Amino acid sequence: MRAHPANYELVAPGGLSAVLSLLAKERGVWLPIAGGTDVMVEYAAGKLPARKLVSIWNLPELRRIEVFPGEIRIGAGCTYTDLRVHDMVGREFPLLANAASWTGGIANQNRGTIGGNIVNASPAADSLPALLVYEAELILVSANGERRVPYSNFHVAYRKTRLAPDELIRAVCLPRCFSRYYAHARKVGPRKAQAIAKVCLAAQARLENGVVEDIRVAMGSVAPVPLRLVRTEDSIKRKPIDAALLRLARQTTAAEIQPIDDIRSTASYRAAVAGNLVAEFLQALSTRGMQG
Amino acid sequence: MIGVKDERIVGTAVPRLEGREKITGQARYVDDMVLPGMLYGATVRSRIPRGKIKKITFGPEINWQEFVIVSAKDIPGKNCVALIEDDQPCLADEFINHPEEPILLLAHEDRHLLPKAVEAVSVEYHPLSAIFTMEESESRSEIIWGANNTFKTILIDKGDVQGVWEKAHYIVEGEYRTGAQEQLYIENNGMIAAFEPQQGLTVWGSLQCPYYVHKALMELCGLPPGRVRVVQMETGGAFGGKEEYPSMIAAHAALLALKSGRPVKIIYDRMEDMAATTKRHPSRTRHRTAVSKDGKILGGTIEFTIDGGAYATLSSVVLSRGAIHAGGPYYWPNVRINAKAVATNAPPHGAFRGFGAPQSIFALERHMDRIAQVVELSPIEIRRRNFLKPGQTTTTGQAVSEPIDLGRLLDRALELSNYSAKKDEFARQNQNGNCKRGIGIASFLHGAGFTGAGERYLSSVVEVEACEDGGVRVLVSSAEFGQGTKTILCQIAAEALGLRYEDVRFAQPDTQEVPNSGPTVASRTAMVVGKLVQSAAIGIRQTLRASGLLGESYSAEEFRIACRKYVAAHGKLRSLARYEQPEDIVWNEEKYRGSAYAAFSWAVYIAAVTVDLTTYSVSVDDFVALQEVGRVLHPVLAKGQIIGGVAQAIGFALYERVVWDNGRMQNAQMTNYIMPTSADLPPIRVYFEEMGNVHGAFGAKGIGELPMDGPAPAIVSAVGDALRTFFNSIPLLPEDIFDAIAGKGENAEHAGSARGNP
Ligand SMILES: Cc1cc2nc3c(=O)[nH]c(=O)nc-3n(C[C@H](O)[C@H](O)[C@H](O)COP(=O)(O)OP(=O)(O)OC[C@H]3O[C@@H](n4cnc5c(N)ncnc54)[C@H](O)[C@@H]3O)c2cc1C
Repeated sequence: MRAHPANYELVAPGGLSAVLSLLAKERGVWLPIAGGTDVMVEYAAGKLPARKLVSIWNLPELRRIEVFPGEIRIGAGCTYTDLRVHDMVGREFPLLANAASWTGGIANQNRGTIGGNIVNASPAADSLPALLVYEAELILVSANGERRVPYSNFHVAYRKTRLAPDELIRAVCLPRCFSRYYAHARKVGPRKAQAIAKVCLAAQARLENGVVEDIRVAMGSVAPVPLRLVRTEDSIKRKPIDAALLRLARQTTAAEIQPIDDIRSTASYRAAVAGNLVAEFLQALSTRGMQG
Repeated sequence: MIGVKDERIVGTAVPRLEGREKITGQARYVDDMVLPGMLYGATVRSRIPRGKIKKITFGPEINWQEFVIVSAKDIPGKNCVALIEDDQPCLADEFINHPEEPILLLAHEDRHLLPKAVEAVSVEYHPLSAIFTMEESESRSEIIWGANNTFKTILIDKGDVQGVWEKAHYIVEGEYRTGAQEQLYIENNGMIAAFEPQQGLTVWGSLQCPYYVHKALMELCGLPPGRVRVVQMETGGAFGGKEEYPSMIAAHAALLALKSGRPVKIIYDRMEDMAATTKRHPSRTRHRTAVSKDGKILGGTIEFTIDGGAYATLSSVVLSRGAIHAGGPYYWPNVRINAKAVATNAPPHGAFRGFGAPQSIFALERHMDRIAQVVELSPIEIRRRNFLKPGQTTTTGQAVSEPIDLGRLLDRALELSNYSAKKDEFARQNQNGNCKRGIGIASFLHGAGFTGAGERYLSSVVEVEACEDGGVRVLVSSAEFGQGTKTILCQIAAEALGLRYEDVRFAQPDTQEVPNSGPTVASRTAMVVGKLVQSAAIGIRQTLRASGLLGESYSAEEFRIACRKYVAAHGKLRSLARYEQPEDIVWNEEKYRGSAYAAFSWAVYIAAVTVDLTTYSVSVDDFVALQEVGRVLHPVLAKGQIIGGVAQAIGFALYERVVWDNGRMQNAQMTNYIMPTSADLPPIRVYFEEMGNVHGAFGAKGIGELPMDGPAPAIVSAVGDALRTFFNSIPLLPEDIFDAIAGKGENAEHAGSARGNP
């Protein structure tokens, strides 16, 4: 451990409103810590700039999954294990359930939260492409009240979000309108478990009369932020799945992403695999996808 | 086989001696140990690959009064980590030769204050240009070590290579590379040192070779043997990674302890351990082979080069083992092996399971596949036709004295892996789909014990003691670090004395208490140390009989009583056995000729893989590991050694890449240095043949390193089989496979470079 514990302060006020008033009183001073699976890694490396931490772990207000007729509201403090064992998440939002099951190991899944994954804002985060595909909305909360914002433009740059310093994510809202979609996810990591994605894909689409009626594709680790591939989607929409479409899909994917060379992989590999994943998805869609 | 019928303990799966303590958390590792008044130490390292220290400044943000600070000036003896050549300083004084070179040591009561203090020391340098590749080192554009950047050269010359080229029907050439690999033991390196004016210096640590540390500390501190004591604590894995580097850490802890007058503990965190300590030597091997029309090797040249990093450390011996294994289990009537270890400005590379052999065997086994392609024989047939047979000689001219039948070993491996059916099935399946399957093979050998005259120089000693309470103790400096040393040596003693396994204890390796049975390396413990334990144990029985306390046959209880009586009457009873080299083992170090090893273990491994062309990733689906290792002393531990070695070699082949930048490891974290997990491993099916061996305890040979040698070439062969592409380097990551398929790989060729005589 390369940090000195005496240099840090950790408080656990226990209730959401107490946390929010602390965040409001000393704006930008307190860093919320939920499961700590990102924060503690930085801490151990001696690279955590924040000195004052406020625990939001297991706040009841953040750890609920509420089901409404039109949407499901997942508390930001829900862990990957919470998501994996929840029936409806598994049934209606398999991309998210899958991503949860691929995140770290069991210990990590018992601590890591969806809110932490969003705010930590790694481009390689596993759950975020699923949230883009489901067109999630976030409920943000501060001492001044709540606001509801689309998730699609929450990430503004590499590891920068629209969250204000006195705000928390309270919940992630997913609309319940995807029953007729064929969903497909794949994580390409350097090993089968305990891996940071080199490329990961979450996608779903609806086929009607042999043409792709609607499609949503999102990827991780191919740009500074988790990326929805809007142009690729447009190039595929309302077309039949054939060899020409697969070719086009690969091309538009490659043009739309901005992968880099880093210690984990190469840009050219990521670009090729990204194209392959989209093609694989379309092929699976054409053979197994639901006809609406 | 030797007396298998009568054995009761050897060959059975007795409980691991220290198993209960490890499982219940009672085992004490060095970081569990706290001494009164103990300080914590940390190391200030260079951050440049090469240069001269100009100035060291201590930042104002730290209260330096509170810290103990040690520099090279504080070293009482010689500023080196004594090993083979004394070229590596313990603390850099003037010159910096790699980017993790220790410069200063700091100690404080509060371990948490150290990282910031380390950061607050700034060193100014005159930078010098550095070199990072074997090719740069060979070009001698910059001389960074000795006269020519070369730590050691070895020539093995057999027959007349000059004459073979014109007789050749084919001449096959190839170049093969292997990368650095980190040992990744679970427990990081750590040491505690304490100095008492009365007793002298004591260190406790995680280590493989107590007497290596002992020697290094004597030189460093200028102390006589009796005033340096080294104690091995429970050690959480080593794999060679705790062979030489612990001497460095012990030296650092000792210097801080000497200066402060207090005990000092140094524990590396994972990042420091990965970045600064030794890794497997990267290698490059060039083969040029003359082959007859029917696929027989007529002769060839092998150039084997390893990157030793900045200091000599163990490179000369790694090179030696690599060079001797470069010819593999095949018959070379004529061969010239030119081996050299060169210097670069990276932290020194060092011991790692296999010790050079996995590198040269990877090259050879890939080259055998290439020869097969050129000659248009199967990889099976080319091997079968060239296997060494009893009576034939190895590259060093050592006659194969054991009745090994490699053809039969091969047949059995083919059968166990269902080779030919799979080959057909894969060829059919591979016509469609995005997943391609392949199967590959490697046949190889591994020499047990120190190379050549090494065991004679070591002249190892073990003792067995009959104790006051009637029990028996084994005293050796051979360390347990997960591989089963304690268990097998106690089995051997119990077997030799006709006692129960529970009657035998194992003394903690402590240089004040145990004799020097040599380092715990080189697959030598079961064979060499085991045999000595067997003899020493027999010595106890002889003494008891001679003193009239023990009859011809006796029960365990009678033995206990005899021990007790003996000790009561005469005091301590210890029986000593010292290694003596058998007369038929003759080695000429100058010419590199003769018996390189007392015994070889032999193996044929077969891997089946799937390559997914969507992600270019490889998964190993099935693995058959068949080996002849002499007598298997403990079936469960032996199987564990093989499974673990295969797993580690799968990492070597397909996952583990050290990302270098100017001699520094960039991915010194387990997140980014990818070792396989259990999810990535196939079923590893382990089979033994037991031919016996006259040199080892109850017929045992070496087993620890063998499984590291064969998996990488077998797997890469299988990947090549799946993709119809020839790969010649490891690690072979998905990115490399992608590059090869996209046509820009340096790591692959679609056909071997070869020339056929008309
Ligand atoms: C061993 C290991 C393996 C991992 N494997 C993966 C993996 O496979 N895939 C993957 O995507 N990630 C992985 N991670 C990263 C990590 O587990 C996830 O990003 C996790 O979701 C973080 O959640 P947390 O609650 O632990 O976040 P914390 O560490 O507690 O917080 C992270 C950041 O989010 C902020 N934050 C947390 N909750 C809120 C909230 N409700 N409102 C506002 N801000 C908030 C914190 O202030 C902090 O800035 C791994 C981590 C480890 C240690």
